[in-house]
Amino acid sequence: MAITVNRKKLNFWERLYLPAVVGGLKVTGRHLFRTLFGGKAVTMEYPEQKWTVPTGYRGAPYLVKDQDGDTKCVSCQLCEFVCPPKAIRITPPGTSGLKPDRDNAEKMPLEFEINMLRCIYCGFCQEVCPEEAIFLKQDWSHVGTNRAELIYNKEKLLSLGGAAPGIQKWKHKLEEARAQENFPVKV
Amino acid sequence: MDWNFIIFSVVKVAVVFGVLMTMVAYSVMAERKIAAWIQDRPGPNRVAPPFVKYIPVLGPMLTRLGFFQPLADGLKSFLKEDFTPGGVKKIYFWLAPAVAVVPALMTVAVIPFGSVMGGQQMVIANLNVGILYTFGIVSLGVYGIVLAGYAANSKYPFLGGIRASAQMISYEIAMGMSVIPVLLIAGDLNLSDIITWQTSHGWLILYAPVSFVIFLVSAFAETNRTPFDFAEAEQELAGGYNVEYSSMKFAMFPMGEYAAMLASAGMMVTLFFGGWTLPFWGLDQPAQSLPMGLAHILVFLAKMLVFMVVFIWVRWMFPRFRYDQLMDLGWRRFLPLALANILITAIVLWIRS
Repeated sequence: MAITVNRKKLNFWERLYLPAVVGGLKVTGRHLFRTLFGGKAVTMEYPEQKWTVPTGYRGAPYLVKDQDGDTKCVSCQLCEFVCPPKAIRITPPGTSGLKPDRDNAEKMPLEFEINMLRCIYCGFCQEVCPEEAIFLKQDWSHVGTNRAELIYNKEKLLSLGGAAPGIQKWKHKLEEARAQENFPVKV
Repeated sequence: MDWNFIIFSVVKVAVVFGVLMTMVAYSVMAERKIAAWIQDRPGPNRVAPPFVKYIPVLGPMLTRLGFFQPLADGLKSFLKEDFTPGGVKKIYFWLAPAVAVVPALMTVAVIPFGSVMGGQQMVIANLNVGILYTFGIVSLGVYGIVLAGYAANSKYPFLGGIRASAQMISYEIAMGMSVIPVLLIAGDLNLSDIITWQTSHGWLILYAPVSFVIFLVSAFAETNRTPFDFAEAEQELAGGYNVEYSSMKFAMFPMGEYAAMLASAGMMVTLFFGGWTLPFWGLDQPAQSLPMGLAHILVFLAKMLVFMVVFIWVRWMFPRFRYDQLMDLGWRRFLPLALANILITAIVLWIRS
């Protein structure tokens, strides 16, 4: 079935095309003057202006310390196992005799490397970590002049990660355990 | 042949060529900047040679304006690989870029860009048949594009070339017809004499506005500018006639296009807007001193710049026409209108004489 579309009959002035031309020039001219003199360009000039990411943004994963400044990671290697692009490589202490920072942790990694060129910011490492030792931070721009520079080691990851506020489950466990040493237990 | 004439002509040709090429380069920059501003962007604002950052205020300002961008663009064009695809018709493929540029440059020869400087008339060739020469040369401009489209031996350039040939030949007729009333009114074909006529009678736009509108629109079509850029038509033909070109051979086509724009802007200024004259400050008489001669040239360039901005502004406002609409406009609207314009002008002049 044919549908007839009602089209507005144009009068002579409109068919001359000139009003539309002038209207178009006015719109584009307005944009030109606004951008040129009003500084209303929508472009963000990147290296000078940086994007502020929203909270909850999943950027690069970094290691965090607890508020005593101790390494939280216990070298369980769950993140290394779960990492889809295999960006994480952990060297456990083994027989090196490296003592963990915290006295109630069994061990901490000898070396912890994240290859930022491989990382896909999926957040599985943060999800899987039983110690809440690795978090996806707000960083989204990594700059290096070669590939080796973009493999971040434990020291760099810890300094970038900073201290993590929030839950410190082993501290409470430790206090509980200490409390249980005295008999009778008062909880 | 006297040596004085030859030497001064060579100097004038060299200077005009240099100024024109500089203007071509900076038209490209202006195009990019104006496009950016219209689209709410800052445009090219980074390129600068290393020493510029030590110039206090001017350096950053010029950099923000993209002042050094043409240098980088030119350098890039020269350094790119000049690739000749297999299967192209080599002679035409090499010839086409030159053929695209040369007519545009040749048109400038008859345009008076100033009055008198140091006893020399500021026009390269003061021809008695200036306008006829211009139209003769402009019609050669189509060959560059058609040859490029034909030589590339590939479908998109071929379509671009076909479109360009039909379009440019159609609009040449309307353009030529639109100028005839101007010639009738001024009574001369020499462009310098047309300017002299305008100093005593007022600008010809007042006498022949219809001619001007037809000439302006035809100039857009002749120089393959949006809304009539069918030969390029990025969305339809992936770039049209210049698809197979690279490096400096590619850069020659935009150069030819912008030179043609400058030439047609110069023609419009000369024919309708009084050339190098201004009706006040005594700028409408041939210069007696060197500064006045320079002022005339600057007036001419300023008028040309206004038209260049219009060319660029319109490009970023209009969508492209449909091909049949273009032909319709050229043959069924402009040609009858131009003929009627000639007839009416002739009758009015006959009655008044």
